[in-house]
Amino acid sequence: MDKQLIIQSIIASSPEIIMIVGACLLLLGSVFPMHRLGSWLTVTSLVIILVAAFIALLLIDSPQSVYGDSFVVDPFALFFKAVILLAASLTILMSGQYLESENIVEGEYYVLILLATAGMMIMVSGQDLLVIYMGLELQALSFYVLVGYRRRVLQSNEAALKYVILGAVSSGIFLYGLSLIYGLTGTTQLGQMATVLSTSTTPDLMIVLAIIFMVVGLAFKVGAVPMHMWVPDVYEGAPTPITAFLSVGSKAAAFAILLRIFLEAMTPLAEIWTDIVILIAVATMALGSFVALVQTNIKRMLAYSSIAHAGFALLGFIAGSESGIASVMLYLLIYTFMNFGLFAVVILMQKEGAGRDQIDSYTGLATVHPRWALLTLIFLFSLAGIPPTAGFFAKFYILLALIEQGYVILAVIAVLLSAVAAYFYIRIVMLMYMKEPLHPFSLSRSSSLNLVLVITGIGTVGIGLAPDWFLEQAQRALFLGQTINSSTIIP
Amino acid sequence: MLIDYLPIFLMVAAATGLAYFILALGSLVRPSNPYSEKNRPYECGVDHSGDASGGLFRVQFFVVAILFVVFDVEAMFLFPWAVVLQDIGFIGYLEMFVFIFLLLVGYVYAWAKGALEWEA
Repeated sequence: MDKQLIIQSIIASSPEIIMIVGACLLLLGSVFPMHRLGSWLTVTSLVIILVAAFIALLLIDSPQSVYGDSFVVDPFALFFKAVILLAASLTILMSGQYLESENIVEGEYYVLILLATAGMMIMVSGQDLLVIYMGLELQALSFYVLVGYRRRVLQSNEAALKYVILGAVSSGIFLYGLSLIYGLTGTTQLGQMATVLSTSTTPDLMIVLAIIFMVVGLAFKVGAVPMHMWVPDVYEGAPTPITAFLSVGSKAAAFAILLRIFLEAMTPLAEIWTDIVILIAVATMALGSFVALVQTNIKRMLAYSSIAHAGFALLGFIAGSESGIASVMLYLLIYTFMNFGLFAVVILMQKEGAGRDQIDSYTGLATVHPRWALLTLIFLFSLAGIPPTAGFFAKFYILLALIEQGYVILAVIAVLLSAVAAYFYIRIVMLMYMKEPLHPFSLSRSSSLNLVLVITGIGTVGIGLAPDWFLEQAQRALFLGQTINSSTIIP
Repeated sequence: MLIDYLPIFLMVAAATGLAYFILALGSLVRPSNPYSEKNRPYECGVDHSGDASGGLFRVQFFVVAILFVVFDVEAMFLFPWAVVLQDIGFIGYLEMFVFIFLLLVGYVYAWAKGALEWEA
């Protein structure tokens, strides 16, 4: 590579570089004892994220493929980077007060969030399996530590240990799939892989195995059945802001690479993986919806709800058309707002002691705090998919894409299962509005948490009011994406 | 051909034989006088915690081992870099500094957090 190319590569990857350098400086800065450490860390990490987001925004007009075609900056990647950076900044805003109440205000927490974010950004920009894997591991390793961050809480330790062991196994399986693919095609670059795969005629057993391994590895990352077992325990044990980040950021990045690898490089093999993914998606939606019905802990309920949502988003991936991919992207954006909103409510309601995070503690919220109850109602309706909130349109566009591609039966199953899922969201609404309060409420309010609630509330309602515009953005991101990738995304 | 590996086989055989020979010679010559202090596991001269063979050892060893691996990898990276320095040019020269900067951040952090102190 000559100098010109290297400098171009550095510019194209500058948001990631800023995140990593910023994380290093934050790590060194947090070593010094300091007055009001918490607010300094919050402000500094938010500034780093904003600078990275601003530079990513500047790159939107110049889609390019750098580092020897292994790292691509296209609108598709930038859309996901926007979602991930939004999720990271909401996580940081939510964390301040939570960390103080748990007595774990430490610089490492913010550093790890920044590093996880950088890892996800590398994942979504990766155009080469090795770069994708590197990003995947960077975010996974950061999350392993973050999940166990409440060091003195046994549950948190358990969650971290489970996540490490299962995550390592799934990474190993994914990596094995990658190595088989490399052995079969002789390349790890997605564009070249698509060329090789489209010229080969008969898919042999090895390629089926390789695809199964890769689907399993990625299904674990998005928390799809039957690789979902870690989700409830990890979500319950992790610090609540990290649970929100894990359910949104990590999932969005995993979906991004799922879309990129399978719809960009593996389209010639669609007949192999479509059936597998259909089975996984239906099982995921069914299990998520039914098991969530009997949960009493709100974090566990949200874990199963996120499993069900992952299943729904997989449907858009199955549709696979341009509108299918755009609907998945929109789904993930909307999911970011509504899920972060509800997790912010969970932090707001968080109590000390045994009755912690119980769904019963929402009983009668509307009589005492009508405004918070209304906001919670909006998030719950959105998650259930009731118009005119954003969640309805998220599901609507996925169903539309499915029907366009002729998967009518799948669409019917999806609608039926989301009717089941609606029950456990509406149950909380019923508890809030139709019953008298059991206990006095002690809300842990703070200005940054209020800001999160306002942003997510505006996002949830706003996208619900103007869904066309956001869908258009997602579609435009895709359309531009096609012009720079030599291989086509759409078959 | 298999016969090409004969020198390796001879080398392994000689090394194994020598080890057994020295141990056998030692047990014939040395006085045998075991007592409990002497039979304790040896942990760098520090009082041991539990039986090392049972997987119990001081957590500090673990920290030191991690730090060792980090700097070992650095050295491993520096050698090939130094060999091809002429070919990779100025940017290749600078890239090693990026790597060393990242390691340095880790080192300063470990130092400031007291990972290099030995708390007995």
